[in-house]
Amino acid sequence: MTGQRAAFRRKQAIMRRVVIGLVLLFFAVPLYGMFSDATKDVAGKHWSLATWRTLLDFPKISTKYPDLKTGFLASVGLAVVTVVVMLVLLVPTMTWVRLRLPGLTRTVEFICLLPLTVPAIVLVVGLTPIYSWLTGWLQYFFGPTIGSSTIWLALAYVVLVLPYAYRALDAGLRAIDVRTLSEAARSLGAGWGTVMWRVVLPNLRTAVLSASFLAVALTLGEFTIANLFSRTNLQVAMYLLGKSDAQISVAVGLLSLVFAFVVLFAMSFVGGARSATSPMTRLRRAKKEPA
Amino acid sequence: MTTARDGVAVQLTNLRRTYAGVNALDGLSLDMHPGEFIALLGPSGCGKTTALRCLAGLDDPDSGTITVGGKDVTGIPTSKRDMGMVFQAYSLFPHMTARQNVEFGLQLRKHGAEARRKRAQEMLELVGLSLHMDKFAHQMSGGQQQRVALARALAIEPQVLLLDEPLSALDAKVRVQLRDEIRRIQLDVGTTTLFVTHDQEEALAVADRVGVMRAGNLQQLAAPEELYSKPVNDFVADFVGVTNRLTGAASAGTASVLGTSVPLLPGSAQSGAVTVLVRPEHLTVSRDAAGNAAVVSASFLGAHGRVIATADGGDQILVQVSSAEVARFEPGARVKVTPTGDPALAVSA
Ligand SMILES: Nc1ncnc2c1ncn2[C@@H]1O[C@H](COP(=O)(O)OP(=O)(O)OP(=O)(O)O)[C@@H](O)[C@H]1O
Ligand SMILES: [Mg+2]
Repeated sequence: MTGQRAAFRRKQAIMRRVVIGLVLLFFAVPLYGMFSDATKDVAGKHWSLATWRTLLDFPKISTKYPDLKTGFLASVGLAVVTVVVMLVLLVPTMTWVRLRLPGLTRTVEFICLLPLTVPAIVLVVGLTPIYSWLTGWLQYFFGPTIGSSTIWLALAYVVLVLPYAYRALDAGLRAIDVRTLSEAARSLGAGWGTVMWRVVLPNLRTAVLSASFLAVALTLGEFTIANLFSRTNLQVAMYLLGKSDAQISVAVGLLSLVFAFVVLFAMSFVGGARSATSPMTRLRRAKKEPA
Repeated sequence: MTTARDGVAVQLTNLRRTYAGVNALDGLSLDMHPGEFIALLGPSGCGKTTALRCLAGLDDPDSGTITVGGKDVTGIPTSKRDMGMVFQAYSLFPHMTARQNVEFGLQLRKHGAEARRKRAQEMLELVGLSLHMDKFAHQMSGGQQQRVALARALAIEPQVLLLDEPLSALDAKVRVQLRDEIRRIQLDVGTTTLFVTHDQEEALAVADRVGVMRAGNLQQLAAPEELYSKPVNDFVADFVGVTNRLTGAASAGTASVLGTSVPLLPGSAQSGAVTVLVRPEHLTVSRDAAGNAAVVSASFLGAHGRVIATADGGDQILVQVSSAEVARFEPGARVKVTPTGDPALAVSA
């Protein structure tokens, strides 16, 4: 009986490893392809670090491929602005709806999930007149440089990340009794600002983090909208680069993946440092427990 | 130990609150004396929570006025009303320790760090949790969480303390223990207190006066003994304690029930066929072959016993007896049930 169960468990463990192995392979093969492509000489015959050397020579690369620098900075800026705007927009709205206008829950959910059903290309068609109108006003107010800056794409990106962020925040709000907590805080003398900042937000840490996570990942990988609006973000820069220098483009692609990974990992590390269920804690716990 | 603050008077006058056609409050008026502990009692949905929330400013009455310490507070937001609240649901801030929870209100009132610490310590000692100050909500039992919530509410020295069924999620033993403790602390700090419950025993045990509510209205507001012995109507008599409904005939302030004359309480029906509400302990029962009822069952309940009989007229009768007597009343035995003559309420049959 126990022998049978042990055998079964062993089999399960093996299955698990096989599946994980296959998944890793699935991701690793293209990455390896990119790596080997970027680590060959121009003829593609011998191993060479020339491409990487060019890339690491920042002054040279930023003069030789100015788009790359612009795109990279634009993407980082877009990620930050998108996350901030998304949070400022969603967290108070969702909390308020939950507390005061529960009748609107469905409507807000519908609106937030809508972008999921609209293909990016259709979104662009819809956004084009809005942006041309908006850009006019922005240039009027902020001058031609800032007015036509890539950073305004963040507004479109906020729409893009809305469904994912909504889901993440909604799960967070469900997990706490916002109503009772806010009423308790108010009875103790807290105004709405204090309720939001000191009671709701700290308890939404994990949810805010995962929403930001998704927003950053999505923004760093966005190509369609930026390209169709002829704005240069990281992905567009890489695409442009690919036309002139495939090797560099592939190397940058690989680096951007590493960069995104590092950013996301750092976010989870910083944001989850105090929470009991952060990825790092889980990692530590998993290590302590014998497999 | 605690800085007792003289309680303030609270007046709810003619409060009305309608939710989509439901009259949650239907002209509720309630006067609370300074420092008084009032329990609001009533069946589910009668508007107890609504009344409390209106007083706290978490809900706005459609009409009526609320004064606290002589000042009209209608329109003042919750955060400025200075009321300590303990909720039915666990309401500690999950990301703060017990101490931080208690300090929260003090911090908002700009008390210095040292004063805050001291006060939080005092309050947590008051509720018997000085050993758990650095625990988070998820590390405490339900009873402990409610104690912290009480300490948090009292820390701000509120004008009024509001408790909305704070004990209903706790098990029976802790409930009794904590309710007595709430009463002790309330007497200690002297804060005017409104305690909502649907548990009559709880209400009778702790309150100076108990208000019985029904359908958004106050039926009776009286001290526990008075509420029990002199209910103003059959709803109150039925809701508070156990009561027999016996047929009788009324005339001139008395009613004849089971062949005995019983004095009637004020507000009773004065003539004709009536239903007389008689408490089980206001009846005696004895074996008597020529009696007026037959025993259905007799049960031993610990401190006392209970005999259920059917009167010859058809009424079901519940009589309280001493536990030693229970064995005497086997089912089917003929008995004589006699009212002791304590005043009772009669309503038209
Ligand atoms: N937010 C609301 N929306 C609609 N109806 C409500 C709302 N709050 C209360 N009510 C209604 O008002 C009436 C009184 O509710 P309330 O919560 O005051 O009752 P209660 O006496 O506290 O009951 P319980 O003992 O079950 O807590 C009920 O009929 C309830 O359905
Ligand atoms: Mg209630």
